Amino acid sequence: MTSKSLMIKSYVHIRNNKIFRNGKEIFALESGLETDFLKQAYKKLKLNYPKFHKMDGLSKLGILATAVLIGEETVDPTTALVVSNSNSSLDTDLKHFESMKNIVSPAIFVYTLPNIVMGEISIKYKLQSENTFFISNDFNGHLLKDYSEILMNSARAAAVVSGWIDLKNEEYDVFLCLIDEKGNIPFSAEKLEQLYRFENE
Amino acid sequence: MSDLRTELKESIIEQLNLEEMEVDEIQNDEPLFGDGLGLDSIDALELIVLLEKDYGIKLNDPAQGKEIFASINKMAEYIEAHRTK
Amino acid sequence: MTKGIAVTGMGIVSALGLGIDKNLKALTAGKSGISNPTILKTRHSSLPVGEIELKDLELADRLKLPSNHSFTRGALLGSIAAKEALQQAGISKEDLIATGFISATSVGGMDYIEKYSNNFEKEETHRRFIRAQHPGFTTGQMATWLGLKGYTTTISTACSSSANAIMLGARMIRSGQLKRVVVGGTDPLSRFTLNGFKSLMILSSEACKPFDEHRSGLNLGEGAAYLVLEAEECLGEKKVLGRISGYGNANDAFHQTASSETGEGAFLAINRALKTAGLSPDSIDYINAHGTATQNNDLSEGRALRRIFGDSLPDMNSTKTYTGHTLAAAGALEAVFSLLSLQQQKIFPGLNFNDPMPETDITPVTTLKEKNLQHILSNSFGFGGNCTSLIFSNNGE
Repeated sequence: MTSKSLMIKSYVHIRNNKIFRNGKEIFALESGLETDFLKQAYKKLKLNYPKFHKMDGLSKLGILATAVLIGEETVDPTTALVVSNSNSSLDTDLKHFESMKNIVSPAIFVYTLPNIVMGEISIKYKLQSENTFFISNDFNGHLLKDYSEILMNSARAAAVVSGWIDLKNEEYDVFLCLIDEKGNIPFSAEKLEQLYRFENE
Repeated sequence: MSDLRTELKESIIEQLNLEEMEVDEIQNDEPLFGDGLGLDSIDALELIVLLEKDYGIKLNDPAQGKEIFASINKMAEYIEAHRTK
Repeated sequence: MTKGIAVTGMGIVSALGLGIDKNLKALTAGKSGISNPTILKTRHSSLPVGEIELKDLELADRLKLPSNHSFTRGALLGSIAAKEALQQAGISKEDLIATGFISATSVGGMDYIEKYSNNFEKEETHRRFIRAQHPGFTTGQMATWLGLKGYTTTISTACSSSANAIMLGARMIRSGQLKRVVVGGTDPLSRFTLNGFKSLMILSSEACKPFDEHRSGLNLGEGAAYLVLEAEECLGEKKVLGRISGYGNANDAFHQTASSETGEGAFLAINRALKTAGLSPDSIDYINAHGTATQNNDLSEGRALRRIFGDSLPDMNSTKTYTGHTLAAAGALEAVFSLLSLQQQKIFPGLNFNDPMPETDITPVTTLKEKNLQHILSNSFGFGGNCTSLIFSNNGE
């Protein structure tokens, strides 16, 4: 099994009402009539994907993040998804608990699994590739690096979208990166951790 | 009569998160599923919830939904005949 | 073909009972564990489920936990199953320290949140379960109790979760990142899932009928199962129960919960598993299908199977008629059942089948069948389009 040299091609952060691509701020919540950050970002970034509005918070974050990550490029159809978070689908789980008090909403229940965000991304970009979702207390660069490496070295994936999509009590923390053989930044667990912790000034 | 149809359109837009739709964009005879509004199986289940919540009609067989939700007109006719609220 | 990854231990708890022996006995006798819920307090008590007829107190007693423990039902079930697997594999205390743990769950500790969340303010004693809402907490508790100190992680990909855990473990051993790993999953019954699945209208009010023309939905179940996987250099004289020779995962990319009409995700996953194993379809001797008995899954899976196997479909059935659909634990439970089939050289009878679906004309095996079994395919397809297939092979292949 040949070891490929894996590189980070691009990365995105979504935190504190802002979206960053490769470390540069590309969107910040503006004051105005529309106060919902996700809705505003959707409009500003011209996503043009009406299914977005039916999704739960976690899936909306995932769709926004991948749209920014991938931009106008074509996605290799074997691009695998290796995503993780700490709070699973807790935000939606609590909404499901609420709806259990009256008539249960199927549309809410559908999102009570964290991997649905990967399903939504796969549907949007028509990816029939490999997907895995990990739960860990904190961002774990080693875990993501190890698994992404296995997928790319075994020729199962030409690229991997890997990272962290977390949501709790309306606080979100998203960091995704696109990994392939052609990027600029060498891919390592330490680099992932460093980029994840990136603080905007 | 037409109030129920408008009411249904408003409910559907809200319940199914059809953010980019306006009430006057939905035709009374337009198919709601398939090509029309492009609703899917989860939307059909949510419409079943709507029937119960707003009109007191309980559907136990999801297959019934195909006929009842064919269009706004069909929905309104069914509700008028069976509503308990 | 490269040798598969060795399985040296397995453990299971399900509606068929606690432990391998009880499960094997029921499977051989064709005796289902589906019944009405008595332990889970729910208004849907007329729904058939695969419940483990033991209260949490009794499960905790078996594990000899202190009274102030904070193990939720998922952790209790998982610990019993994982302990059995480790005992069979004979992993020493020293070796446990470097043994990895990849566990899957979808409910996590959610059943305790639904039980106690109204009381957290009033009842101090129940606050210790607040942390349990975190699925990783279940895994962490189990790892600590079992003495596993190596690489630990939780996978949550719906109904393919534990199959993915097995696949990840096998891959990490193959790539040399781990020497030993315990892989599998656990999920308890909960009102959360019962009510949720009911709203999707895919629960059957009778015992489920996989691949039957008149199937009317699934029965939920609870359970836990774990395998111990070891690298070649660790085996020594140990008995190898079977090998994981192939694995494949793919996303159906069709809908959040429904599978595509052509079973694309399933088709790709099965093909990828065959490819890793270096096997052609005609090498498969038996298929343990995902077979939840929903209109959608069985049609989609049936189509995928026909696309791959054509008219030469091997013997197949779904063991969910015995245990119900145990969600995240399903892949692991069915892995154990597949390995038992390999050991016994028997296909356990499929239950509740009368008429094949006209679209695919598939007839599951419905009687206990002795057969030369070398390679078994096991499917687990989850919401979110996550499809995983595993191939288990006899040792020495």
